[in-house]
Amino acid sequence: MEQAAAPLTFAEAGRTASGRRRPRRLLLAAAAAGPLLVVLPLGEMLLEAARVDPAQLLRLLWRPLVGELLLNTIGLLVAATASAALIGTAAAWLVERTELPGRRFFAVAAAVPLAIPPFISSYAWLSLSPALEGFAGAWIVITSSYYPLVYLPVAASLRGIDPAIEETARSLGEGAAGAFFRAVLPQLRPALLGGILLVALNVLVEFGAFALLRFRTFTTELYAEYRTGFDRPAEAVLALVLLFFCLLCLIAEIRVRGRASYARIGAGVRRPITPLALGRARPAVFAGFVALIFATLGLPLGMILYWLTRHGAAAVSPAAVSASALLEATLSSVGLGLGGAALTVILALPLGLLAARYQGSLVTLFERAAFLGQGVPGIVVALALITITIRTVRPLYQTAATLVVAYAILFLPLALVSVRAAFMQAERRLEEVGHSLGLGWPGVAWRIALPLAAPGLGAAAALVFVSIVTELTATLLLAPIGTNTLAVQVWADTSTLAFAAAAPYAATMVVISLLATWLLARRFGATRLFQR
Amino acid sequence: MAALEIAGLAKAFDRRAVLHGVDLSVGTGALVAILGASGSGKTTLLRLVAGFERADAGTIRIDSEIASGLGVHLPPERRRIGYVAQEGALFPHLSVADNVLFGLPRRERRDRRRAAALLALTGFPASYAARGPHELSGGEQSRVALARALAPNPRLVLLDEPFAALDASLRAETRQAVAAALAAAGTTALLVTHDQAEALSMGHEVAVLREGRLVQVARPETLYRRPADTALARFVGDAVILSGHAAAGAVRCSLGRLTLAPGMPEGPVEVLVRPEQIRLVPLGELADARARVSGVTFYGHDASVFLVLCEAAESPEELSARVAGHMCPRVGEEVGLRIEGPVTVFGPERRDLRSRRADGASGQKGG
Repeated sequence: MEQAAAPLTFAEAGRTASGRRRPRRLLLAAAAAGPLLVVLPLGEMLLEAARVDPAQLLRLLWRPLVGELLLNTIGLLVAATASAALIGTAAAWLVERTELPGRRFFAVAAAVPLAIPPFISSYAWLSLSPALEGFAGAWIVITSSYYPLVYLPVAASLRGIDPAIEETARSLGEGAAGAFFRAVLPQLRPALLGGILLVALNVLVEFGAFALLRFRTFTTELYAEYRTGFDRPAEAVLALVLLFFCLLCLIAEIRVRGRASYARIGAGVRRPITPLALGRARPAVFAGFVALIFATLGLPLGMILYWLTRHGAAAVSPAAVSASALLEATLSSVGLGLGGAALTVILALPLGLLAARYQGSLVTLFERAAFLGQGVPGIVVALALITITIRTVRPLYQTAATLVVAYAILFLPLALVSVRAAFMQAERRLEEVGHSLGLGWPGVAWRIALPLAAPGLGAAAALVFVSIVTELTATLLLAPIGTNTLAVQVWADTSTLAFAAAAPYAATMVVISLLATWLLARRFGATRLFQR
Repeated sequence: MAALEIAGLAKAFDRRAVLHGVDLSVGTGALVAILGASGSGKTTLLRLVAGFERADAGTIRIDSEIASGLGVHLPPERRRIGYVAQEGALFPHLSVADNVLFGLPRRERRDRRRAAALLALTGFPASYAARGPHELSGGEQSRVALARALAPNPRLVLLDEPFAALDASLRAETRQAVAAALAAAGTTALLVTHDQAEALSMGHEVAVLREGRLVQVARPETLYRRPADTALARFVGDAVILSGHAAAGAVRCSLGRLTLAPGMPEGPVEVLVRPEQIRLVPLGELADARARVSGVTFYGHDASVFLVLCEAAESPEELSARVAGHMCPRVGEEVGLRIEGPVTVFGPERRDLRSRRADGASGQKGG
């Protein structure tokens, strides 16, 4: 008796004995490319550290410098995560649960700071007062740039909590505050914790803002080592310590996200919430929220506008800006952004498909390896790529190709989230229908799977593009000689206190970033953007 | 003594009136079902009583204490009410026992025996105490929600469509358990539902809300047998409505001459016959009318039989009978019809009160 084989979708090769679907070998090989690239700089750094003599390694670790960097980093980590958690949660609660006037505007405005890179905020605050150098400035800049990383997931989580939960707590004798602390806050814990860990990770990998504010952390020290002498052992040890903390945060974040979040029990129509009246506190709360938006958005944008209207010579250090230099920098940024986005999405494509359709240890391994990129600081990736190109592929040293690869390593996780979600939405059943209508796997891929996933792929590309345009660290270290991007120009001019000269570059960059983010948010909703 | 006294209650959202002057009184220990289609304002009524929304006009007294009135709005936490939301709304971060003990003062919350006793009231063994809400079925969640609402000894329990999300099989069982627990606790309760079977089977009294007005408050039997108007007759169950002429304790219509219930109007009327009042008998036996079977919907335990009258002067808009499953006739068969029990009729002014004030509400009470 002959048994008909079940139709295969375009990505799968057949069934194993246990009946589980098995991906095509071609797909597996293509999916491996991204994770391998991510592991490359990590391996390089570890090899470098392994070459150091153990006694020297210990000596390099037990230096006052490492202690100072640790103290700085941990101090800022604690302060910034606490302030971001407090502000982010309060903002989310006010927007989602109270009668705050202008809630809908605030809901958007509280997410926008993510589109302004911290080194731009640093530029703005620093040009306001040089007294902000050091811890205070770093704290302000990190909090104002990254509190949305808490705000967005907490607000989404609040929207997901059945208002009946709060009402039930009220009916059981709790006041508004009691209901929040006993019934709501415990359910926000996963979102809150996840947000805090993302803020921590961003503090660890931040370079530009701290360098401009002269706040010493591992990243700024790594950069200094690179500029002064390329002392490989010392560099490797610093990178190792930094990587350790980053991976700790990353693993914790993945675990928090992975643990069963308190899903709503049951499904049904949810009643819209009756917003809480703020009563007499209303004007004060409103003023507070306005102040928050002013400090996180108004001030950076306002300072850029202020310096735009000044003549180049009016700043502390005079420097001229020419329209052609601005155009050239813009074109470089956009070109690198497009190239990086294309490579990143191409790498994410097979991996996202694999992750959306198959389970298995190899799939999990690939996915986890790709997500490591999120926890590797740009400076470490850049230094590793410099070492690799100098040692083994000299022709690629200081080329745009290397820089684009660095972008792909850094932003593969960002693209992967969107790509995987896109393939998850495109149901397998639809592909099966395609096969039943006589299409082979190329036809199904081209005519069904890709069109269905297209919006998600577009979102992935746009997110990566924005991230690249606002990226500083890797660009600064890897850009070919003579290539000036917007970010590099802002950095160079701000470093020399030529604030007016930096303004056109900063303005162009912020406009590109805000525009792209606005388009994305309009199309896909703001919550998707917090993954970055 | 009334545990809940509502007078002239009105509420509008964005200038759209949802409740227009509702009066309702619920006796201590009673379970009153508020029955209404979606958009009738029944949930708003419940939320006003709970204190989640502020009334525009009217008063709400709970145990004679004014909870809502001119310039008074007691917040929900001070009303001493129990609230069972749709799907239970259990706190997902707390165990079953901690959910149940949530409303008790901090000291009493440590008392695990208290939790066990409260759970036993709603039919749970003590082993459920440590479970998480996500480990419970939908019906169990509703029952835990009820135990939680009853724990602080509320003066009144409000149930907001607690069974709507349950499977049909679970629903009947959960309804019974909830009714039993409420009766055992002796707590006054208000149940909001859009399901007439639920309202009729659970409520000691049923209050029907239509477009923000109470059209009838009555015991379930009265509501079903003597609804205030024809629209209500259709809303609370399947109905055959025929036109006829009533005189001297009987009404003449296309089904023959039928006995009238007492206190019915006379003259040109509309006649309400419930499908289960229509008995099918073999041709030749004594019958009120003859009909041909035009269709059958078979449910198993019973069946709906659709009928066309053989010698009807005018064809009725719809004629269906309910028969036991094993008595189901074949399509095309001719049968005799016999109407059992007295019927209710509506004078011209009571055909549909949809656009008029609910003047019949208090008059019908207690039927």
